[in-house]
Amino acid sequence: MMPLAILLGVVTFAGGLVWAERRLLALWQDRYGPNRVGPFGLLQVVADAIKLLTKEDWVPPFADRALFVLAPALVMVTALLSFAVVPVAPGIGVVGSNVGLLFFLAMTSMGAWGVVLAGWASNSKYSLLGGLRSAAQLLTYEAFMGLSLCGVVILAGSFDLREIVLAQRRVWFVVPQIVGCLTFLVAGLAAIHRLPFDLPEAEAELVAGYHSEYSGMKFAMFFVAEYVGITLISALSAVLFFGGWLGPVLPPIVWFFLKTSFFVGFFILLRAALPRPRFDQLMAFGWKVMLPVSLANLLVTGAIVLS
Amino acid sequence: MTAQYIPLVVLLGVAGVLVVTFFLLSSILGKKNMTPTKAMPYESGMESHGAAGVRPSVKFYLTAILFVVFDVEAVFLYPWAIEYRSLGWAGLVMMLGFLVVLALGLLYVWKKGALEWE
Repeated sequence: MMPLAILLGVVTFAGGLVWAERRLLALWQDRYGPNRVGPFGLLQVVADAIKLLTKEDWVPPFADRALFVLAPALVMVTALLSFAVVPVAPGIGVVGSNVGLLFFLAMTSMGAWGVVLAGWASNSKYSLLGGLRSAAQLLTYEAFMGLSLCGVVILAGSFDLREIVLAQRRVWFVVPQIVGCLTFLVAGLAAIHRLPFDLPEAEAELVAGYHSEYSGMKFAMFFVAEYVGITLISALSAVLFFGGWLGPVLPPIVWFFLKTSFFVGFFILLRAALPRPRFDQLMAFGWKVMLPVSLANLLVTGAIVLS
Repeated sequence: MTAQYIPLVVLLGVAGVLVVTFFLLSSILGKKNMTPTKAMPYESGMESHGAAGVRPSVKFYLTAILFVVFDVEAVFLYPWAIEYRSLGWAGLVMMLGFLVVLALGLLYVWKKGALEWE
């Protein structure tokens, strides 16, 4: 039952997130946003889903058919699978694995495959460029995503996300690992190619990048997977750096929900506030700033832990 | 040991079924309407010329190679990080040596201009 409950919870949360993002962006841009379907426009997501289901299920004749269908499925399934290791509250979670953190990193890399395959299988110039960009971007930011989490692993002495949460009973890891937290947030945003790191799908340059040729439910899979990804990175930021379910008075699951929602709101604010950088700036930032910073953070953390 | 991963397999199964169901529903409910224009790659209204297999910039390959170097490094760091407290200062000094070599490598790549995109 637990896997089903987690899956339903995640998909519902992601659906609500689509609505919340549109409403919040509208608020910050001084317009209404979706407010017609249901109370406060809450059913907009349902209406969109019905619309997408009845759209033509288009596989272009020039595309590589098998990979074209596989790519969105891969993106969606890996995004959902990553949630298996996220501890929502004591006893709520799919698996308490002692390699949880590694599993998350592995799934993130697998998701990148989906995007690259989509770009390649579409056999269209914009899609291919989007796929290539996303490959380069994901490789760059994954190189230091692992590094930025090593500090947490040193402090907790475990890859198990439950133990990492329990190790934060005295102080949240964001205090000793503020640099690690920031680098992880940047790497996480890049991993789910979310603004300001959405260059693989920059609509002003590449139409829609790797999913230009997708329509209907296959497009919806990319779309939903992106929101599942935002939920995932938010949940992990809460778990790794902000004490997960730990908190006074309120029940653990509420704390987890509140902290995750906080990061979701933060990511939406980033989208509203930041412009998109140029691709070379993005790559230079990754290699020349973030990588050295996370290496230095690791060494400093190591020295402080021992002394 | 293996039993604890059964829920993970269940989750994989449910997620797979979910995706396949959506794809099937979509292919049943959606109408089919083939037109010649639709059969061309989308290029903002311009007619498509040449194959889509544009030759990617060599920078992409270079990034891939750099990734292999620095991600394998991260793989070495994980076991070190998890055993860190029992390794003590000796562990830090040894890893310092490893990281200095890598940092020198990064510096070399940097000075060579491999990180510049034009």
